[in-house]
Amino acid sequence: MSADFLYTIEVILNGLMAGVMYSLVALGFVLIFKASGIFNYAQGVMALFAALTLVGIQTGQVPFSHLINAIFGTNVHHFGWQVPTLLAIALTIGVMVVFAIIVERYILHHLVNQEPIILFMATIGLAYFMEGFGDIMWGSDIKTLDVGLPSGGSLWLEEYTLGWAAEGEQYYGMYLDKLDMVASLVAIVLVVSLTIFSQYTTTGRALRAVADDHQAALSVGISLRTIWVIVWSIAGFVALVAGIMWGAKSGVQFSLSLIALKALPVLMLGGFTSIPGAIIGGLIIGVGEKLFEYAIGPMIGGATENWFAYVLALMFLVFRPQGLFGEKIIERV
Amino acid sequence: MFYRESGDFKKTYQKDSQTFPIKFDRWRYYFVMLVAFVVVPMFLTDYIANAVMIPFLVWAIAALGLNILVGYTGQLSLGTGGFMAVGAYATYKLMTAFPGMDMVSVILLSGLITAVVGALFGLPSLRIKGFYLAVATLAAQFFLVWLLNKVPWFYNYSASGQISAPQREMFGVIITGPHATPVAGYLFCLGFAVGLAWIARNLTRGRLGRSWMAIRDMDIAAEIIGVNPLTAKLSAFAVSSFFVGISGSLFFSVYLGAAEVTEAFGISVSFSVLFMIIIGGLGSIFGSFIGAAFMVLMPVLLKNVLVGAMGWPTDLAAHFEYIIVGGLILIFLIIEPHGLAQMARVLKEKLRLWPFPH
Repeated sequence: MSADFLYTIEVILNGLMAGVMYSLVALGFVLIFKASGIFNYAQGVMALFAALTLVGIQTGQVPFSHLINAIFGTNVHHFGWQVPTLLAIALTIGVMVVFAIIVERYILHHLVNQEPIILFMATIGLAYFMEGFGDIMWGSDIKTLDVGLPSGGSLWLEEYTLGWAAEGEQYYGMYLDKLDMVASLVAIVLVVSLTIFSQYTTTGRALRAVADDHQAALSVGISLRTIWVIVWSIAGFVALVAGIMWGAKSGVQFSLSLIALKALPVLMLGGFTSIPGAIIGGLIIGVGEKLFEYAIGPMIGGATENWFAYVLALMFLVFRPQGLFGEKIIERV
Repeated sequence: MFYRESGDFKKTYQKDSQTFPIKFDRWRYYFVMLVAFVVVPMFLTDYIANAVMIPFLVWAIAALGLNILVGYTGQLSLGTGGFMAVGAYATYKLMTAFPGMDMVSVILLSGLITAVVGALFGLPSLRIKGFYLAVATLAAQFFLVWLLNKVPWFYNYSASGQISAPQREMFGVIITGPHATPVAGYLFCLGFAVGLAWIARNLTRGRLGRSWMAIRDMDIAAEIIGVNPLTAKLSAFAVSSFFVGISGSLFFSVYLGAAEVTEAFGISVSFSVLFMIIIGGLGSIFGSFIGAAFMVLMPVLLKNVLVGAMGWPTDLAAHFEYIIVGGLILIFLIIEPHGLAQMARVLKEKLRLWPFPH
């Protein structure tokens, strides 16, 4: 095989893995949109917040230490203990559930029956609020997240593929990030378990019922408020998973919240209401943008990854306005 | 007491359909104009002009533009930053390519160029609706910023990738460049803001504005009663981008003086203009101004209170700003989803009857 061909395969594989990472964020969007019709812009910030909380609990940071120091002139920062990873994750999930309850109780509850655009704006407000809150609670410095996930390239794969290139060509083997591979596995497990949850459990059925028709669900005795808390908790959990993966990859920092923006074209491609759509949309975007950057990027100045996903989604939508797997939009007067 | 209509007889149709039919309103409007054009410039210090008044006017123009698109036509857009960048770069290119051109034509031309770009990016709105469109406008935001950053022709091959406004005069007073007088800049921006607000007000009262609102309320129904969605949507995108382009142009030439596209016109700009019109009130000219005033004044106030008076570190104050902006948006949406303009309207109704309850 020629080296060029192998490079292309490597780019595609890396694109697939990057796509999985986008899908992780997109999943949270889809869950909330399906169950409550809310386009939750805060999903990316939720991932950031979850990751910050996880790091904070794990390393025993004092919450709001920055604020306390500024007001009382003290100098506290750490409790001085380390919390085991699993316990820290469990505690973070607890925090996300509390967050879901607060969101339902103090925001969504007051905005029932408002137009979708108002709800969307509310989630933008929520995103800003959480961003500031997370920073004040845990500090805004870049943190490293270590939950024992492997990192670096896979040497085994590099050595294994080294012999594939044709004789006499320079080729150093394929480079794949171990973390990306783990992320792909986690994403698969997550999607399968979410599907099983929504298909075979009572709560899952109730979720789908609410997604279909709020009023019909209410009339058969499903509590909307409980369902919303559950959905936001699950979205918080998905955000935590996404936060762990992205945090382990590039450190826990403000830019993590911007992955929400990257997840938007993924959603548009896949359709706002489809879980498989989120995954496949993510893969298409991931591969598309890596291939474009590899093949055409150098010709037009590079850094095309910033906009390629949006333009791709835009062109795609012109032909299919509801996305690949979205429900057909029927409009009536 | 206030806002009395009784005794104010309208004898012609023209009088009946004027912008401010109530006498009190009309006089208040003249009063505000007098204060803005005569009284304020007399007492304006350089700090207030640069930190408060000029940004307020510039953002108010941007908010007006976005309000036409989002508030009047119902097309959610997150591309404001990108369109402002187009306005700014168009101004830069025009100013450097035609040094003799006067500033008013430069800025109007920049607005027109942005309008063309905006209409182009508005084309998908004919197929894509709602949130899908909002995400599609993000394509405009990221693509335009990338383009302006990557093609050296746009910033005249300068090594730093920055654009900076050369010095220009109007009536012998310097209004752009490093030696500009802030008061002149203020008056220049004020002229544009008032003119554009007047245009926006009259457009939205007329046939075009009504077709926009019909599209906003229900586009299929609007189409059935004979509103052409193509012209209505594209004209909304074009007019809105014209305003936003002018705002970007003033933002660069009068306010900033020098700009770098990814920093000055990033996605946060789009969101902050969106916040202005939510807080001010969707579909309201007055709301655009009051929203812009709110978003400009609040950080200045917070900075003065938290950093100046309480001695907190600046980064902590910046985080608090996030919390307060986010919290305020939530509170506004919960208490009054139609913004400050609606509160003003309610107050006006109350004042009409005051001191009687009914």
